[in-house]
Amino acid sequence: MRRVTAFNLFAIVLGIVFLYLPIVVLVIYSFNASRLVAVWGGWSTHWYTELAGDAAILSAASISLRVAFVSASLATLLGTLAAVALVRFGRFRGRLLFASMIYAPLVMPEVITGLSLLLLFVALAVDRGFWTVVIAHTTMAACFVTVVVQSRLVDFDMSLEEAAMDLGSPPLRTFLSITLPLILPALAAAWMLAFALSLDDLVIASFTTGPGATTLPIRIYSQVRLGVKPEINAVCSIFIAVVCVAVLTASFAAKLTAARGAPTRL
Amino acid sequence: MIDAKRRPSNASLGRKLVVALPYAWLIVFFLVPFLIVLKISLSQSAIALPPYAPVLDFAAGWRGIARFFAGLSFDNYRLLGSDPLYLLSYVKSLEIAAFATLMLLAIGYPIAYGMARTPRRVQAVLVVLVVLPFWTSFLIRIYAWMNILQRDGLLNKALLALHIVHEPPVWLATDTAIYIGMVYSYLPFMVLPLYAVLEKLDQSLLEAAADLGCPRWKAFWLVTLPLSSPGIVAGVLLCFIPIVGEFVIPDLLGGSSAPMIGQTIWTEFFGNKDWPAASAVAVALVCLLVTPIVLFQHQAMRTSEKG
Repeated sequence: MRRVTAFNLFAIVLGIVFLYLPIVVLVIYSFNASRLVAVWGGWSTHWYTELAGDAAILSAASISLRVAFVSASLATLLGTLAAVALVRFGRFRGRLLFASMIYAPLVMPEVITGLSLLLLFVALAVDRGFWTVVIAHTTMAACFVTVVVQSRLVDFDMSLEEAAMDLGSPPLRTFLSITLPLILPALAAAWMLAFALSLDDLVIASFTTGPGATTLPIRIYSQVRLGVKPEINAVCSIFIAVVCVAVLTASFAAKLTAARGAPTRL
Repeated sequence: MIDAKRRPSNASLGRKLVVALPYAWLIVFFLVPFLIVLKISLSQSAIALPPYAPVLDFAAGWRGIARFFAGLSFDNYRLLGSDPLYLLSYVKSLEIAAFATLMLLAIGYPIAYGMARTPRRVQAVLVVLVVLPFWTSFLIRIYAWMNILQRDGLLNKALLALHIVHEPPVWLATDTAIYIGMVYSYLPFMVLPLYAVLEKLDQSLLEAAADLGCPRWKAFWLVTLPLSSPGIVAGVLLCFIPIVGEFVIPDLLGGSSAPMIGQTIWTEFFGNKDWPAASAVAVALVCLLVTPIVLFQHQAMRTSEKG
């Protein structure tokens, strides 16, 4: 029988504390009234009000959100097509190269992805800015989307599609009215993952960005290099709060749909 | 596919489109850029725009192409071999990645093992708890450690208060800080694949071992550990490969004495504006990682095909 020993419990608790302690400290210190980051000067929301007047940070945040929205949507489209091709089409010509190009970016160091895309844009003489960052993020995130959607398609009940096709439904219509609704939770999860990856990325964006397209991580990085700053604590806390709410909502929603969709997966 | 022949012909056009779109995207934005890096790594640095020579000039016809190939050289790679700075940087990256991955395995395994033994309901919550920090920005989590590790940060305050040290030790800009950052950032990548395997482990095997008088540590060594090896391989690869090329963690937490290879590429590119050298360093890094990357792909493809 499975039994949770004291050692198991110890490992789990220590692991969770290790993962969350720095984040909790960061959030607490964002409410520090003192200008000196290491000295606790009482509770205050001073740095949050300060933030509301910081035009550079706000514009960087808006650029980041727009890049993340567009690239997550593109990546979900491309990644889903790739997943369908990999799971459903069996062995087609060039499959090995295709699969390699899907899995390689997952572990490719970001510095290399960023450098290579920048050199492409330079070779094509493209002006770097919003769209070059979008393209770079789409390329990186599409591979993650493929893996997520693929895992859903693999344990998909094919007989539903076959029934629709036997009844004369053309493939595209079958996909839109049977397959798509059933894999929608996976698509939503994949879109969120792509969105988060784009919002998070510093290295690839630094290589592929241009004037007027400074994303939030680039902005934060340029400030943080010089040391810890209370305003940045506040930015990061807001970011963490947004992410936590989004992820918890999503996992709750996924649980609901999974409970509802359970019989169809048998 | 069994019913492929029954489909009308416009379906095969649709199928082609489904493959072609992501295929073309990946060729243009993943494969071609990498070939360009390869080409530029064989070029010379030049004071021009773009800052390298030769440039492939199709307008000059065959002579242009011939001149282009005559201009290529392996000088940048010779530089990599002769300048100890680069060599040190590779050695340091591999060393940090190897030790950090070992630490991750040592820390991650007990956590994953413990998680797999808790009741199902608790497991679901624990998985969300482990994944959640991964969703909050990488940069923010490293920044959070800068808060803690700085000279008058929380760690030193705690150590002084507990009278463990009398002088605040320096944490930032040391290798210790890099290891803390690496282990912290990559822990979910180690725990999740291990947990996925351990959770599916057939408990009756352990019961059988116990019934036959096998002590628990021995059952762990002979049954659990070998059966969890796919998770170990996945976790190790998922951590080791990106850590070798990591930039943000050594840049913010580490010192400037011996940079890791990701930092070297960054400074060659942004600082020294030596694009050919940066490209050569990048190509050499890929060559270094080619074995683990192929291993990873092989494993990923096998898992996806197993269904």
